[in-house]
Amino acid sequence: MSDIHAAIDAVWRIESARLIAGLARMVRDVGLAEDLAQEALLAALERWPASGVPDNPGAWLMATAKHRAIDLLRRGKMLERKHDTVGRELEARQESPEDALHAALDDDVGDDLLRLIFTACHPVLSTEARLALTLRLLGGLTTEEIARAFLVPVPTVAQRIVRAKRTLAEARVPFEVPRAADRAARLSSVLEVIYLIFNEGYTATAGDDWTRPALCDEALRLGRILAELTPQEPEVHGLVALMEIQASRLHARVGPSGEPVLLLDQDRSRWDRLLIARGLAALERVEALGGTLGPYALQAAIVACHARARTAEDTDWTRMTALYDALAQLAPSPVVEVNRAVAYAMAFGPAAGLEIVDAVAAEPALASYHLLPGVRGDLLFKLGRFDEARGEFERAASLTRNARERTLMLERAAACGPAGPR
Amino acid sequence: MSISPAIIRRLYGTRKVRAPRPRPRETTMRFMMLVIPKVYEKAGADFVPPADLIAKMTKYNESLSKAGVLLSLDGLTPPAKGARVKFASGKPKVVDGPFTEAKELVGGYWIIQVKSKEEAVEWAKRAPMLDGDVIEVRQVQEIDDFPPDVRKAAGR
Repeated sequence: MSDIHAAIDAVWRIESARLIAGLARMVRDVGLAEDLAQEALLAALERWPASGVPDNPGAWLMATAKHRAIDLLRRGKMLERKHDTVGRELEARQESPEDALHAALDDDVGDDLLRLIFTACHPVLSTEARLALTLRLLGGLTTEEIARAFLVPVPTVAQRIVRAKRTLAEARVPFEVPRAADRAARLSSVLEVIYLIFNEGYTATAGDDWTRPALCDEALRLGRILAELTPQEPEVHGLVALMEIQASRLHARVGPSGEPVLLLDQDRSRWDRLLIARGLAALERVEALGGTLGPYALQAAIVACHARARTAEDTDWTRMTALYDALAQLAPSPVVEVNRAVAYAMAFGPAAGLEIVDAVAAEPALASYHLLPGVRGDLLFKLGRFDEARGEFERAASLTRNARERTLMLERAAACGPAGPR
Repeated sequence: MSISPAIIRRLYGTRKVRAPRPRPRETTMRFMMLVIPKVYEKAGADFVPPADLIAKMTKYNESLSKAGVLLSLDGLTPPAKGARVKFASGKPKVVDGPFTEAKELVGGYWIIQVKSKEEAVEWAKRAPMLDGDVIEVRQVQEIDDFPPDVRKAAGR
């Protein structure tokens, strides 16, 4: 990449979300807003190599996109596209369209960014669409980058994004921050999207790599942005704390040949102290806001138990069982039960853990959940029931879609000794 | 570059547009932006930066935070309050501040997490600095980026 193109790319990464957000408020259509922003970028790519990057590149891009929007408005194209809504609203406010556009663009952009996040994560969209649209509009990622990150073909992502924009337009989703009644549910949709992005990077569900840190980086950045925009929301800080602390282990959980290294086997000197400190600080912000801990804050408090322990033996498992009990009450799920079983096994012995696992083993939701046989195998192994353990590890190996994890499970099955009567 | 093919087609029809090149690296890097304030070459131990500069700096710090790129930052007290430990002929020698002969003294730093050196430079360009100040942009060395023998020496 030439220097000027790298510089333009950097400006785009910094400015794109704010640019799209400001434009979306103006034209009431995130799809059109993104097109306008892309056109401004294209103009920059044409002009900046000769003129150099302007002193205030963000303002330049915004002015360029704005001119284009006004142009479209004058030619009536935007009205056509927006079923007259923008035109009607502008008329109702008895302002000239251009004055309204200028006024809209002079306001603070923070609220616009928040509106954009809520719109991209709107429940009217499928989960895949929300993920793709969020990475594209807020993360500034290209369709190609999103496709690579999720290991799906480029046309699939492109289609998802086109359809998502059309769905938002057809459903006439207003470009706004949801009000009180709606807010909690809508916020949890936003948090879910960010955490799904993080988790896809943290434990890749498919492919040859155990982790894809680029997705974790994006999710963390989105979480940090959201925390600045909604400082009074404890669960936002809870999610940020959870991601910071989990990300602190990213390097340690991959071995020299790319194989997974389980938490208790990790070299803790490789944990990222800076991220742990940030995570614990975010958790303190949750506590300072008061109230009971929500599901993300509880999970953050759980991973903080690991982060605070200098060695695996120092881990406060008893505290962790209490936190898992609270989580199981607040957000009961078979997956939480499996994790709760692990904590109980560590605190009170493998039999205590096995009891919890066995209680949920028949759950249909867990039928293809590879961690269940993995955990069950581990507990059986510790209880000396090697034949049963081997069967569980083999089942875990057959269920996971991650090549690295499959190898690990087959190794553990082999460690149970040969099958059959001895 | 983040330009959708649809846009290119819409604007340019079938006219050839140079294909966007892939980014060399998609994970983030950490950069330290070291502040080298001119005033620190002469500042006394009791030097305090003016309130209006602090206000501008606070706003800038917020902009880094709001963009989700800021990892940490610190400002350093004047060099006059510090010490230098110099290493020559096998013996450390301590010199207390102020360092009258020294130029380019560090006044603070930010650590940011970004995708490219250019992005770090773009952030540095936006900092509210005074005439004669310098911001040095340096990538944080990650052990994992070293060759295997160096990683091994570092215990990795």
